[in-house]
Parts: sequence; C-alpha cells; structure tokens
Amino acid sequence: MTSTGEAVQFWVLAVVAVLGALATVLMRKAVHSALSLAGTMIVLAVFYLANGAYFLGIVQIVVYTGAVMMLFLFVVMLVGVTAADSLKETIRGQRLLAGLCVLGFGVLLGAGIANASLHRFDGLGQANAGGNVQGLAALIFTKYVFAFEITGALLITAAVGAMVLTHRERTERAATQRELAEARVRGGKQLPPLPAPGVYARHNAVDVPALLPDGTPAELSVNQTLRARGQVRDVSAEALADLAALEQRSEDRLERKGKKR
Amino acid sequence: MNPVNYLYLAALLFTIGAAGVLIRRNAIVVFMCVELMLNACNLAFVTFARMHGNLDGQIIAFFTMVVAAAEVVIGLAIILTIFRSRHSASVDDASLLKL
Repeated sequence: MTSTGEAVQFWVLAVVAVLGALATVLMRKAVHSALSLAGTMIVLAVFYLANGAYFLGIVQIVVYTGAVMMLFLFVVMLVGVTAADSLKETIRGQRLLAGLCVLGFGVLLGAGIANASLHRFDGLGQANAGGNVQGLAALIFTKYVFAFEITGALLITAAVGAMVLTHRERTERAATQRELAEARVRGGKQLPPLPAPGVYARHNAVDVPALLPDGTPAELSVNQTLRARGQVRDVSAEALADLAALEQRSEDRLERKGKKR
Repeated sequence: MNPVNYLYLAALLFTIGAAGVLIRRNAIVVFMCVELMLNACNLAFVTFARMHGNLDGQIIAFFTMVVAAAEVVIGLAIILTIFRSRHSASVDDASLLKL
C-alpha cells in the first residue's frame, strides 16, 4: 500500500491526465490536441517519479514533452494550414461502432486487471538502493546490452530515413528574377506589384484586404497563405455599415437642429 | 491506495487513445493518439516494476520511449511527404489503391 500523500496526488493528477487524454481525442484543432497531450505527458512524468522511476520521469519530460510534442507542433504548423478536421462521417456508423469496440475493449482490460492476482507489492526500495540511474545502467549494459545496441541502429536508421523522406531534389534550375519578370509580362495578368493590404479599408492589418473603389475587397492584396487558410478579414461590409450609421446619425442631428429652428 | 489503480489509469488512457485512433481522421491527431497509447503502456510497465521490486519494467519502458521517438520521426516525415504530394493530412484522402 502507498502513502496517503501519494493517493491524494494520484486522484488529483489522474483526473487531469484523463481530461487531457479526452481533450486530445475530442478537440477539433490539431494544435489543441497536441497541447492537451503534452499536459497528459507531464502528468505521466509525475506518476513515473512517484513510482520510483526517477530517470524515466525526467526522460519523459525531456524527450516526450520537450522533443516529441514540439516536433508534433512543428509539423502541425507546417501541415495544419488545410488540416481542419471535418466532422462529417465518411463511413456511416463508424463512430458508433468504434465507440462500442473501444467500450468493450476497455471493459476487457479492466476485467483482466481486476481478476489478475496483483497482491504482491515489493516497492523499489531495494532495487533503487544504489541509485535509480546506476541500477538502470547496470541492467542496460549487462542483461539488455544487445537490445541497447539494436536501439542505436534503430535511431540511426530513423534519422537517415527522415532525411531521405523529407528531402526534395531540385530537378531543374531555379528561375532567375529576369525570367520571372518576362513570364509575368507574357502572362499579362498582373503586371504592377500586388496592391498592399488595408488600402482604403479602415484597418491596415495584413489580413484586411484593400478596398476597390466600389467598396468590394481586393483579394489579391492579402497574402496567399492567409487566403488559403480562409483567414481574410473582410471589413468592407463593416465599413459600409459604419458609413451608413454615420450618415444616419448626422441626419438625425441635422433634423434636430432643424426642429430647434 | 492500492498501486493497481495506476494500472487502471493506464488501461483507461490506452482505451481513450485507441478510441482516438479509430475515430479521428487527421493523420497527425491519429499519431498523437498512438503516442498516448504508448505512454499508457509505459505507465503500466513502470507500475509493474514497482510491484515486483526490480528495474526490468523500467528498462522496457525506456526502450519503448526510444522506439516511440524513432517512430515519431519517421511517421511525421511520412505525413509531411503525403501532405506535399496530396495537399491533405486526412487519412481518408490517402487512397491511391481505390478506383
């Protein structure tokens, strides 16, 4: 049996861990999922520390929340532009069936643990007597040394594989500035520089398109990436509404003045 | 508190991760759920190590972490490559074999 302090810690942090895990699954945006997962992993690191796995607790924070989750965030930023998850089911009834499967699986797992004879509880006092890191090292470099060597090969393979997978060979020469200019003239679509954002609009933020003389937004004035993300903030209608309100107000005032006369 | 509770928590987290893998269609989120499942397994290993009073469980958890790190690197590289060629990170869109 463990101490009361550990029980309190467990019941408080277990709730946080489960909430984080649920948020990972249920959040619509990948960034929110990644941050929830990072929270869950930090809680798990605390559990490792509580279970006497001091080395693993620190490695969990450094490797998982520090490296792996930041790599995830990095890729989310690279990919996430159009990665908005649609909630439409492509296979009918898939979510229901998945829920049922998972529920059954969970019941099986829980029943298995409940029926297992887990009465033995030795604690790590003896094993950690010479220090947790020293104990792990003694095992890794004697009993598990072969697995350790294989792990090294695996890591090198993974690093090389990642470089091969993401490397792009440039097959043709990059076009020079002069060639680009000539192509633009030949194309004849947009010869002058693109309009700057926010011109004649009431904001000059980069996501606010410039307004054409008739008050409609000029899409070209906003960065292509923002356009692809659908983050263009169209204030043209707002500006027209403001103008109408202003006119209304001035008319009201004039009318009042007229009445006074 | 009985340390078996850690095992129940690990089972719960594993189940939630499995649900995410089955339900979500964004490849990155699916991948995160796989990571969650791996972490749940690690928690179980660490708890078993404590129950049995030796460090072998922690060693296995350590190797799981190393393999998970390698897997993340390769998996994210594959997702990036698919995204570059198909402009989508949805697992539904990667269906080259479908007519």
